Amino acid sequence: MNSSTTSADLGFLVDEGPRRGLMAWLTSTDHKRIGILYLWSMLAFFMVGVGVGVLMRLVQLDTFHHLVTARTYNALFTVHGVIMIFLFVVPGLPAVFGNFFLPILIGAKDVAFPRLNLASWYFYIAGAILALLSLFTGGGAPDTGWTFYAPFSLQTGTNVTLAVFAAFILGFSSMLTGINFITTIHRLRAPGMSWFRMPLFCWSLYSTSWIQILATPVLAITLILVMLERIFGIGIFDPTKGGDPLLYQHLFWIYSHPAVYIMILPAMGAISEIMPTFSRKPIFGYTAIAFSSMSIAGVGSLVWAHHMFTSGMSEFANMVFSLLTMIVAIPSAIKVFNWVSTLYKGSIDVQPPLFYALTFIFLFCIGGLTGVMQGALSINVHVHDTYFIVGHFHYVMFGGTGFAFFAALLYWFPKMFGRMYSKKLIIAAWFPLFVGFNMLYFGMLVLGMQGMPRRYFEHLPMFHAGHQVVTVGSWLLALGLVIYLVALIWAARKGPRAEGNPWGGVTLEWTLPSPPIKENFEEIPVIDHGPYEFRKGGHHG
Amino acid sequence: MVEHRDDFGSKLGMWLFLVTEILLFGGLFIAYSYMRARYPVEFHHAGAELNATLGVTNTFILLTSSLSMALGIVAMQRGQELWSRILVGCTVLLGLVFLCIKGIEWAAKFHHGLYPDSARILTLPQGERIFFGLYFSMTGLHGLHVIAGMGVLSVMLVMMLRGRIHPGQYTLLENGGLYWHLVDVIWIFLLPLFYLAA
Amino acid sequence: MDTSHPSSEHGHPGYGTFIAVWVCLVIFTLALVGLSHLGQGAAVWGLLTLTPLKAALVFYFFMHLRYEGPLLKGVVFVALGTLLIFFALMFSDVAFR
Repeated sequence: MNSSTTSADLGFLVDEGPRRGLMAWLTSTDHKRIGILYLWSMLAFFMVGVGVGVLMRLVQLDTFHHLVTARTYNALFTVHGVIMIFLFVVPGLPAVFGNFFLPILIGAKDVAFPRLNLASWYFYIAGAILALLSLFTGGGAPDTGWTFYAPFSLQTGTNVTLAVFAAFILGFSSMLTGINFITTIHRLRAPGMSWFRMPLFCWSLYSTSWIQILATPVLAITLILVMLERIFGIGIFDPTKGGDPLLYQHLFWIYSHPAVYIMILPAMGAISEIMPTFSRKPIFGYTAIAFSSMSIAGVGSLVWAHHMFTSGMSEFANMVFSLLTMIVAIPSAIKVFNWVSTLYKGSIDVQPPLFYALTFIFLFCIGGLTGVMQGALSINVHVHDTYFIVGHFHYVMFGGTGFAFFAALLYWFPKMFGRMYSKKLIIAAWFPLFVGFNMLYFGMLVLGMQGMPRRYFEHLPMFHAGHQVVTVGSWLLALGLVIYLVALIWAARKGPRAEGNPWGGVTLEWTLPSPPIKENFEEIPVIDHGPYEFRKGGHHG
Repeated sequence: MVEHRDDFGSKLGMWLFLVTEILLFGGLFIAYSYMRARYPVEFHHAGAELNATLGVTNTFILLTSSLSMALGIVAMQRGQELWSRILVGCTVLLGLVFLCIKGIEWAAKFHHGLYPDSARILTLPQGERIFFGLYFSMTGLHGLHVIAGMGVLSVMLVMMLRGRIHPGQYTLLENGGLYWHLVDVIWIFLLPLFYLAA
Repeated sequence: MDTSHPSSEHGHPGYGTFIAVWVCLVIFTLALVGLSHLGQGAAVWGLLTLTPLKAALVFYFFMHLRYEGPLLKGVVFVALGTLLIFFALMFSDVAFR
């Protein structure tokens, strides 16, 4: 395999229409190009978010503490949250891999509404630009935390109005993607591709899309109300006018809790694709995983007030939501058991995607279990708003969705770009990633248990050593990220050409050339078997 | 990219979009019920300030506009394109009448010093302030959707006049109609919540 | 796979059906107004019964749901059901403070 190639080999990556270069990409309704547009924009924002995070850690060290004021620190953690959540983890796997692979996995030529798909990306970019603008205009970067809690968000002079408007615009991107994917899955499956012959990634995208269309509008209205309060003073969240901050919290978390399932379900879906391929056997418990995705979407919409246990809700509500929170852990656990069972008696091929997928399982378990801990009222009273919470959600969102994103990118990279990366570099990146990650976030779990509050610029001397440990962890983590990204960016341009099926996968994308042609399939396939059927004793070339 | 026309897929996509609208207004209804549970007396009292006659009139106007929309589709189905255009045009006009009445209502409120954060509002009990805050937010957002619906139907009218919507292909018109009917449904709920609370 | 349906399927109501539905809606609206004059309690009952009924008429007839298949009906029920659950769970807080 050499790196020089005729352009005819590079499928959809070659401009075919009347436009060339950047314009060809910016006006393309090809779902694969849109997926890649999302990929590059999201990774750019992700690195900005990482930078802000590293800075947040840095200023907790004595030497650098004076670099920022307390107000700036508040803006830092707000911006970090807004960028990471709204610009990276929520669009996340659906925007990149859902867009690129959903049509291919079900044997279709594109999504149901290709132009709407491109519009989704433009909404995303518009929201991102507005969010970045809010940092430099009006009263400056918001300092409320990404959760914009009332009444502070109503009173602060920082540019909350523009920031929440940005989030409102981003919501359209999410909703339109959800509408597109649901319609695509219902209407465009290839002949013979019944619901239970769909790859599990598609099931995860389907359940995620339902959450996107049901929950995102509630965030939209909440943000509209915040803007109306700030501009017109209508008063429903402001206690001095008879409003109730708890109403804000209810409305906000009715979206933002299901949002975390928007983040994790497609990640789990990608893992469900990787495990069978590198075990050379069908996924264990296909139906259970499919139904667990739908259950997580359903039950996950019922647990939002576990973010509010200490905020003044009734005891009855506390108990109800605690119970529901325990219940929602069950379908996730089912998935973990099934992934591990897939490995059992499999023919394991330890390639980078599997390596990172196994890491996902480990980190996600820690995140999930700490979540169950937090769901217990007696523990919650002690750990709410401490670094324990911060550690927990970074384990699930970063160790979970983040690492699944990395694993999915490693898995599908050869198909998307037609090139292979340096496996050595990727494994080398893993070490600082893993060690740094755990130093940083396990350290936070400990700090939180000891009582270190979150979103504090200052900390007591008793927490000092802990802060030093976690900050060093953040540097290792950042180093690992840089190695990983540089390795992939280099490979996308200059890596050796990849074959059609480098991993021996059996889902539809591996029957296509790497990268695929614009219409994906020369002819729509007719499906007569399930998604994970491997022949014994060898892989499909 | 997609060779066949998929009318059902188009309708499914439209309904999924309507789901987002249902949940959008649903969030406001949740806020309303939360506050009403908290201030039952004040809500009752503040509702008396609103002009129920205008509210009910507007209800009849929207209900009739939904009728004209539905009849407009029947006409299209039966190939009666002229009637279809007239009926859709009536729907848009009725929407305009609705907006005018709403405008008169709001203007009257402003004239009496009743608007968010006004001096008069700040003298009212807190529950009544919240009532008016919700009144303006909810009817305001609804009004924006009426404007959007009128815009959509006007575009449909233009497409009908240009022959791009015709008896062999009128899914777009049906989808536009669905949007209009949802705007009507939302008002059906707004009426008792604000005007008949007294 | 059949991706295009003829737009006019079986079960398309005519002018008469819609006018009849409209008449019902007008009657229910008048009833609602009447009830509201009978005091708070009656007004609330009106809100809880007649209003969903009116909405159902619009969904079922004007928006054609009665003649659609289980998928579209399911979509609407999921949306409304989700909303109901949000109400119910939120009231586990509000009603018990």
